[in-house]
Amino acid sequence: MALALALVLAIITAVSVALLSMHVWWFPIDIAVHGPQIDRQFSITFVIMGILFVAAQLGLAYLVWKYRGRDDGRKALYLLGRNKLELIWVIAAATLFIGLEFVGFHAWAQMQYAAPQPGALRIEVWGEQFAWYFRYPGPDGRFGPIHPALVDDAMGNYLGLDRDHDPASKDDIVTATLGIPANTPIELILRSKDVIHSFFVPELRLKQDLVPGMEIPVHFTVTNQALKADGGQYEIACAQLCGLGHYRMRAFLQVMSKSNFRKWLQQQAAMQ
Amino acid sequence: MPEAHQDIAQRRGFLRKYVFSADHKVIGLQYYFLALFAVLVAMVLSWLMRMHLAWPNLPIPLLGKLSPVGAPGGLMTPEYYLSLLTIHGTLMIFFVLTVALQFGFGNFLLPLQIGAREMAFPRLNRLSFWITFVALGVLLSTFFVSDGPPISGWTAYPPLSGVGPIAGPGEGMGQNLWVIAIVLFCLAAILGSVNFVVTTLTLRARGMTMMRMPLTCWAWFLTAVLTILSFAVLIAACILLMMDRLAGTSFFIPSGLAISGFLLHRGGGSPLLWQHLFWFFGHPEVYITILPAMAVISHILSCFSRKPVFGYRAMVYSQMAIGIMSFAVWGHHMFTSGMNPYTGFAFALLTMAIAVPSAVKTFNWMGTLWGGRLRLDTPMLFAIGFVSVFVTGGLSGLFLSQPPLDVYLHATYFLVAHFHIVMGMAVMFAIFAATYFWFPKMFGRRMNETLGKVHFWFTFVGAYAVFMPMHFLGLEGNPRRYFALTDYFLKPLIPLHQFITVAALMMGAAQFLFIFNFFWSLCMGPRASENPWEVTSLEWTVASPPPPGNFAGSAPRIYRGAYEYSVPGAVRDFIMQDSPEGEQGMPEIVQHR
Repeated sequence: MALALALVLAIITAVSVALLSMHVWWFPIDIAVHGPQIDRQFSITFVIMGILFVAAQLGLAYLVWKYRGRDDGRKALYLLGRNKLELIWVIAAATLFIGLEFVGFHAWAQMQYAAPQPGALRIEVWGEQFAWYFRYPGPDGRFGPIHPALVDDAMGNYLGLDRDHDPASKDDIVTATLGIPANTPIELILRSKDVIHSFFVPELRLKQDLVPGMEIPVHFTVTNQALKADGGQYEIACAQLCGLGHYRMRAFLQVMSKSNFRKWLQQQAAMQ
Repeated sequence: MPEAHQDIAQRRGFLRKYVFSADHKVIGLQYYFLALFAVLVAMVLSWLMRMHLAWPNLPIPLLGKLSPVGAPGGLMTPEYYLSLLTIHGTLMIFFVLTVALQFGFGNFLLPLQIGAREMAFPRLNRLSFWITFVALGVLLSTFFVSDGPPISGWTAYPPLSGVGPIAGPGEGMGQNLWVIAIVLFCLAAILGSVNFVVTTLTLRARGMTMMRMPLTCWAWFLTAVLTILSFAVLIAACILLMMDRLAGTSFFIPSGLAISGFLLHRGGGSPLLWQHLFWFFGHPEVYITILPAMAVISHILSCFSRKPVFGYRAMVYSQMAIGIMSFAVWGHHMFTSGMNPYTGFAFALLTMAIAVPSAVKTFNWMGTLWGGRLRLDTPMLFAIGFVSVFVTGGLSGLFLSQPPLDVYLHATYFLVAHFHIVMGMAVMFAIFAATYFWFPKMFGRRMNETLGKVHFWFTFVGAYAVFMPMHFLGLEGNPRRYFALTDYFLKPLIPLHQFITVAALMMGAAQFLFIFNFFWSLCMGPRASENPWEVTSLEWTVASPPPPGNFAGSAPRIYRGAYEYSVPGAVRDFIMQDSPEGEQGMPEIVQHR
């Protein structure tokens, strides 16, 4: 029984480590400038946790095997503890765990504390049950006011804009695809019409809830890498339970070259 | 007096003795059987969800007959899937994981382990159980209302849960009943916990100092304190939610909402307020589920290694540290919520800090095994299994507690893997270990060891087979709570989902070995002696099962701590807590208790 348990522990450890190290299932490519440092933080954590995982599981296997009760009259040790050891591993664990947070601090600070670059392209992201809409401010650079009473999905006024009376709304462009140019700082302003949603693009290494009543900014820049894969098209998945259509609330991030983006935006403007 | 007491007990009818009893042992068993019923229901719900994810086009005819609206033709609707998910989580976290070890085993064993005849407030105890019973009924009744159970998950975030039926099916009466069930459960839990606190502080037998108590008693005591403090907050949050739903208030409803074409004419509230209140409860809640589990494991590892718990004091202080710090980490559920990122980093640091006492406990479990003389009976197998899975689940938590990593991993299957492993695997293993261990004491019969071992193997391997792959799904970005895997990036993951489902169904089938063993042994198992496992704690000094009043004759007198195994110079390899052996003239073999 002891041998079986020790072996099974060892096999589970080996199979898990193998599947993860071989990246059989793993992160998709990085298309954002901030992506690699997140991946680096993950790798550091993965190596450390991997070592601890292997040490603990194999250690447990060893203890089960070595100290299994046999008919040899051996008595167990009457050992109440070792205060010095307790102190050592408290300090070691605390240093390691809290240290990891500080190693990754820069990645968090750059995403969340730092402001977007001045002149970033601002795009509003709107979530509703169960669709995404994206609003570009148009040439005037201003987003027009929102009038919830004017929302009429059937007539195509998804956001409640009053283009007739609000000058800032006249040139707003509302699209169903999030088109962005590569190599350009982007600032997304996340808003919701109804319940909490969440904007998640795995390749972007970005996830942020859309909370009704709030306007939550996130910022990033995508690299040229983004243009190469999949025709520059990436799925946007909702990552916060929002109702029965949560699984199918999906849109696309379309990364384009700067010139293609300008053309695309003009086409979208013409369709308003 | 004991004779008169027994006379009175015998003259009671069946209902007063076994149904509406105020005896802590009966109440403990009632809670246990309530948890057993709840876990079977919740497990079946999980099978239905997993079958749907793996084979979405496979009709389940029985389901179609039972739920013609939720699963017409045996194929479930998206809202039905979400309602199964909601009830699965609610049942498991509240009615199984919070109940089984704390109110089930805790009620049965706490008075026995501290040398008391009964809990401090037996009738309050009885009331607590029956309110819990009603709460379960109210929760399950959501399957029978016209719109079905709520679809907002066990976390019930508003506005989805706060505006009524316009947010979706199940958000009408179903959500109301859910809120009522939770409030009732919390009230019962608080009342029950008051009992635990007072009993531990006031009814310990002579010589049973706090530092001589088994670790299980410490856990039941500290968990009760956590329960009183945190469940009160959930009750408050639920009252606010109910008022938003029914009384037109806007605690959690911001202005300007347009839901499914309906414009809401109220507002000014904050959805994040619910999250703060909920997780202020929710994080201590998960430690409420794990603290008794850890203590059970310490108790069993010690007995079956024939060695004292390594670092008893450190274990007690770790429990306290975990309990106190559990109130300071709730924001780690909210890194992507829109909460202030500076606050997020503060919560991240505190979360890493709370991992330290858990690591200490893990080292001490290893230290308990080291140099031991291991008896690999079924309770011990599950205890060792617990250490393995707790390490796995704990380590995945150290990824999620880093905000730059959580940005990717939050709300994916990586998170689902983490909490299922620490709760569904680790706490469940502790429940199994406790059942196999204390079954002889509770029922006076032995469970079958061979069936127990087979059950262990299927469950241990099965649990890893089900939940380890979920980490892989999470790394690929698979979001949770998805009814279907129709996105382009999810389709290639369907074979892995199918593997998980097959493993889950096999592991589920193996649980019937446990159910069969449990009930067969209840009726036909060989009779158990007073102390079949040779344990030192007080419950093993009385008959199996214990008589009314627990300690026939005089109350016990305690001479030593709870883990005196393999004491040098002792007659046997264990000394009971109430044994004065070594007191007269022999060298003091108990260290500074």
